[in-house]
Formats: sequence, structure tokens, C-alpha cells
Amino acid sequence: MGDRPLIYGGLCLFVALVTFPVWKGVAAQSSTKGPEVKAVVDKKQCVAPRAYMREAHMELLVAWRDGKVRRQERHYTARDGTVYNVSLTGTCLTQCHGSKEKFCDSCHEYAGVSAPNCWGCHTSPPAEPAKMAAAAAGEMR
Amino acid sequence: MLDKALKGSGRYWGWIAFLLALIAVGFTCYLRQLAYGLGITGLSRDVSWGIYIAQFTFFVGVAASAVMVVLPYYLHNVQQFARITILGELLAVAAVTMCMLFIFVDMGQPARVLNVLLYPTPHSMMFWDMISLTGYLLLNGVIAWVMLSAEQKGRPAPSWIKPVIILSIPWAISIHTVTAFLYNGLPGRPLWFTAILAPRFLASAFASGPALLILLCLALRRLTSFDAGQEAIRRLGVIVAYAMTVNVFFLFLELFTALYSGMPDHAEPFEYLFFGLDGKNGLVPVMWLSVVLALASLLALLVPRFRRNERVLALASLAVFLSLWLEKGMGLIVAGFVPSPLRAVTSYAPTAPEWGIVAGVWGIGALLLTIFYKITVSLREAN
Amino acid sequence: MKLTRKDFLRVLAGSAVAVGAGTLVHAVGSANDRESAEAKNGKKRWGMAIDLQKCREEKGCDLCSRACHRSHNVPRLPDPAHEVKWLWNEPNGKVFPFQQNDYTRHALGETVPVLCNHCTNPACVRVCPTQATWKRGDGVVMMDYHRCIGCRYCMAACPYGSRSFNYVDPRPHLGAPNPDFPPRTAGVVEKCNFCEERLADGKQPACVEACPRNAMVFGDLNDGNSPIRQLLSGRYAVQRQPELGCGPSIFYLV
Repeated sequence: MGDRPLIYGGLCLFVALVTFPVWKGVAAQSSTKGPEVKAVVDKKQCVAPRAYMREAHMELLVAWRDGKVRRQERHYTARDGTVYNVSLTGTCLTQCHGSKEKFCDSCHEYAGVSAPNCWGCHTSPPAEPAKMAAAAAGEMR
Repeated sequence: MLDKALKGSGRYWGWIAFLLALIAVGFTCYLRQLAYGLGITGLSRDVSWGIYIAQFTFFVGVAASAVMVVLPYYLHNVQQFARITILGELLAVAAVTMCMLFIFVDMGQPARVLNVLLYPTPHSMMFWDMISLTGYLLLNGVIAWVMLSAEQKGRPAPSWIKPVIILSIPWAISIHTVTAFLYNGLPGRPLWFTAILAPRFLASAFASGPALLILLCLALRRLTSFDAGQEAIRRLGVIVAYAMTVNVFFLFLELFTALYSGMPDHAEPFEYLFFGLDGKNGLVPVMWLSVVLALASLLALLVPRFRRNERVLALASLAVFLSLWLEKGMGLIVAGFVPSPLRAVTSYAPTAPEWGIVAGVWGIGALLLTIFYKITVSLREAN
Repeated sequence: MKLTRKDFLRVLAGSAVAVGAGTLVHAVGSANDRESAEAKNGKKRWGMAIDLQKCREEKGCDLCSRACHRSHNVPRLPDPAHEVKWLWNEPNGKVFPFQQNDYTRHALGETVPVLCNHCTNPACVRVCPTQATWKRGDGVVMMDYHRCIGCRYCMAACPYGSRSFNYVDPRPHLGAPNPDFPPRTAGVVEKCNFCEERLADGKQPACVEACPRNAMVFGDLNDGNSPIRQLLSGRYAVQRQPELGCGPSIFYLV
């Protein structure tokens, strides 16, 4: 059978391609230690428990998005009774998590999550402290 | 079965390489469009649909026209079409695929295409267009596959396929009717607001599709051992002659209604098409070329002595195809936006990357058709 | 049992189709999260009356348009073909094309603000294949930029030319962006939202507030005592092309 080298060559190529990310990681000496993500403002509690947010923040964000845009649900009551303005920039980032770069990206980049397209429109809050204060006072939408 | 497409002459592979190059050009242009946005095209706020949607419309017609060989054969037992029904069905598969691609490249947010399924919206004609086109693709795909498999094994096709084929006949009418409904249910677009739009679409479809089929049959005869038969080609010629006559008649009805009534809303788009409006006359040569080609083809098709001459028939078919390609694949859609609701007359011309993408979709259609026909011809040669 | 290559390919194709079909059925089944906008806001119907006499007297004034575009981050694009507009001025002859003649043309003026009509029977909503544009119970025709697929069917359907498409990324063209209102992305359609975000806070639309002559009056058309209804009952008002059956909520006092 003259096809044998071709077949084995193909198989080897396949294995090499499939395991490529592993070799790349080894070559780049990347570590498996995750990023340290910290909220800018010292708040104990996010709008939902940390474990839930870690796992399902995207679902919560989609629920917020659809609720606000399509059903006029502009406020969100957390389990502890706190009422939040439904706003990615105004609430999540401005009040607690600081900025997209510091918070969202640090994890997404590590986990290799190709950037969610929120940022095609939504913006990271501007850094000026005046704006931050205004937002904290709840003037931000 | 697909292995048949992998064995061919140098000329065959040359043609495949050419089509692949075309597709590569289209793909490159599409990547640029994806990165930059549809601003890369000649479209504007006023003329928001252009050659993509116009070509989509035209190729829905080509797809629907398969019915013009299927219907005579299966409902009227026209034996001359026995050898070419499969060509019509395969042409339909390639053309519907092109339609879907043209819609896809026109989308501003192609990554969200599945929203059409996630949020099904029966009050939108686009929802029904998606259903009818997908259904038609499946029907013709299944029919062609089953018929070719049966042929390969030298057995008669299974009996369950007959009702499927019969179903494909009204379905073909439906795809072009729904496509007309996309346009003619809109307030404020007087050019499209005409109950005759669906019949017009069907007439032009039944002229352009069989005209293309004639050209394909003649090409197959010249390039391969496959001969559709003189009688089949002649009959196709008769179909094109009737359909083109009806199509030109319909266009005349539209022109009369719009221009004789003198209602500016209805007359202005036609004035724009044939004479230009506000000094903008980019489509005028296109439309007059279409008219000249249409009239020339009618002369050739309606005189039996001319029509029976295969060389004349080939030229007439080419003229029909080009004429309708210009009128339906460009003029009709673009002029629907002129003048705009705020009376602006805005010119539109496809840009180079836009042409590149159109060429790419054509390349994909032609590649599919080449592969399909290669398989068919090889099977027939083997038997 | 002998499995030929053809059979293998056939099974492979069959499985692919089955997986695809399953996904499809699931998608269709879980679809249509109920849009219950109606429940909340059944009573109101927002509308606007524009006093063209005042606009005529302030020929060339575009304060309303500027306020709107600034507040909603509407980009200023260099290429007029790619223009995005929510509220802008048009000459009278373009807005009411068949309602003027050679003798009245001058009288009707050149400054007519046009915007989304927030129709009672909107053609754009009818044609949208994803419900990315829909009509709220209070009459506001909304856009969901997250859901829009950019097919531009609504632009073909709107008989008022109120919709714009983002042919290019608008963000480099914002000037001084308003951080409180997200800009849009390339590839979606946008239009006037009747300042839905301000209505939620009990405020008037930005254009209404910006007009020094109070030429724009905004209010509830279903409330017989609202200022807009008082105005409409006292003066002659027209809508743009009412014969099309869309039922515009913008009224022009002539």
C-alpha cells in the first residue's frame, strides 16, 4: 500500500495541529495563575452573589439589557433589597468596578474570551473624579 | 457521487481555479466590508439597498424558473425535458444559494443573522422569504440528490419523490411571490407599490431562467458529451419567447399607468430610470440598453425562423438574460428609492469592493453549478 | 456489517443535519420572550405639535436639531451619503411635497423640523424581521440596537425618511460625546427615540426644551386636557402624508 506514508503523515499533522495550543503555551511559558481582579470601590456585595456573578454575569447583563431596552425595567432590586439603576457604564463600572480595562478585560483576556461586543457602543466611564461623584449620586442613567 | 467532480480535464480544473480566484477576490472584499462597514459600498441614507438586494431579487427568479422544465415534464409529460429537468433543479439549488449569500453580504450585522430565527416575526415578509427560500433549497436539493442517486444505480427513482417534485412546483411560484411582497407592501415606495409586481417577477423569471438554461445546455453540448437534444432546446426557446413577451407587456402596463395618469409619485421613478431626474441620470444608459436588448430578443424569439436557428437562439437568450439582469438586477430596486421620501434624488453606483463581493457570490454560484453539472454529466457518461 | 465510505459520509451528513435541526427547534421554541411593554403603559400616547409659524419666523434656526444630536451622540459624518440624522430641518416643499403650489410656496417657509413620526401603525415595525424595532404601549417606536441585524428593511418601509443606517463606525465622529447615552455601532439602523430616556425621568424631550420660542409642544394625545390637545383643538394642524395610513404622532401647525 503506497498510501501509508501519506496516511501517517496526515495523522501526525492532525495531532500536531490539535495540540498546537499546548505547545504554544509551553513555549510562551505562560502561567496558569489567574488575574487578580478587584473592585475599585470597596463594596462587599455586588448586585448578586460573587459566585453567581463569576459564572453568569453575562446572563445578568443580557437580562438587564433586554429589560431596560424592551420592557422599561430601569431599576433592579438585588436580593438584599438594594435598588440599582440598570446601567453597565453608570452602575457596574462607575460605582464599583472602575473601568473596562481594569476589570472586564483583565479576566476576559486571561480566559481567552474574545471580547464581548458591549464595547462596540458602550463606553468605559471617563476618569474625572467629578463625573464619578455625579454618577454615584445617581444622576447617571 | 461527489468523487465524479474530482476527475476532470485540464480545462475543467482551469475553470475551477478561475472560479476559486473569483471567490477569493470576493472574500477579500467582504473581509474589508466586515471591518469597515457597508460604507465601503455605494449605498447611502437615501438609496439604502443596491446591487446586493437587486441581484438577490434577480436570482430568486432564476431559481424559481426551474419550474419551467419541471412542470411540463411532470404534469404534461413533455418527454423532451426528461434529460434536462435535473439541470433545472440543480440550477435552482445554485441560484437559491446565491440569493442567501446576497442577503447575507447585505447585512450590517451578519453575526446576528440567527436573530431572524430566535425572534420569528410572521408579520415581516422577510421571515416568510427566509422560509420559502430555505424550503425551496431543501426541496430541490433532495430532489436532485435522489434523482442522481437513482440514475447512478440505474434504478427508477423511489416513488415518494414524485409528490415532493409536485410540491416544488407551487413552491417555486411562492418564492418569487413572497419576494415581490417584500417590496410591494411598502407605503411610500410608489415604484414597487403595484399589484402586478409578483406577476412581473414571475414573467421575468420564466424568461431569464430558461434563457440561462438554453445557454448552459449549448455550453454543455460544446464542452461535454451531454446533449440536451435539439427539441428540448427549441421548447425552452418557446418558453422564453412567451415569458419575455409577457414581461415586456407587463412593463408596458406599468409605464402606461404611471405616465398616463401623470401622478408624480408614480411617474417620477420611471422618469428617473429612462430620462433622469434633477440632472441625475446614471441609470438611463443601463435602462435603455435593457430596452434595446429586450426588443432585439423579442424580434429574434417571436419569428419562428430565427428562433429555430440555434445560433440566433443563443444570442437571443443572452440578450434576454442581460436585459433582465440590468432591469431587475439593478434598475428596479435602485429606482424604488428615487426620489426619496423627502424628494431627494440620489445617485447610486456600486463601488469596486461591492463589485468584488458580487463577483465572489457569482463565483460561488458558478462553482456549485459546475460541480453539480460535472457530476450529472459524468453519471450519464458512465451509463 | 461493512461500512462503506459513502455510508460513513452519509451518516456524518445526517448527524450534522440532526444536530442543526435540534438547535433550530430549540431556538424557535425558546423564542419570543414576551414583550410586555403594553402592560405598563397602556394609557398614554405621546405626540408632538410643531408650530411652523414660529419656525418660519426663525429661519435657519436649528437649536432643536443640535440639542437632539448632542444629547444622543448622533455623529457628524463627512460623507453626506452616510449621514445620520434624528431631527433636522427640511424645506416645506420636501416635507409636504404635494400640498403646495406656486402661490403658497413662499408662505410656508424653508424651516420645517422633521423627525420620526412615531406612527400609530408604523410600517417599519411591520417589516422588521427581528422585532428590533417595535411600538411601545405609550406610542414610542423603539429601536433595540442590540438586536438589529442591519437589513435596512425598515428604511425601505419608512415613508418619511426618518431612519439612518450606520454605514461606518460612528464613534470617531462624535465630537464631544455625551457619556450618558451610548453611541451606536456600525451596521445598525437608528432614529429619533422621542427621548425615551428623558421621558422615563419625567422630563420633556431635549428638542422641546432647547427651543427658545416653544415651537414644539410635547404631550399625551390621549389626555383631552393636555397642552398639546388644547393646541390641536384650537389651530389647524396637518400630519405628513396621512393618506398612507401610518398615523403619524407629529402634527404641524401651519
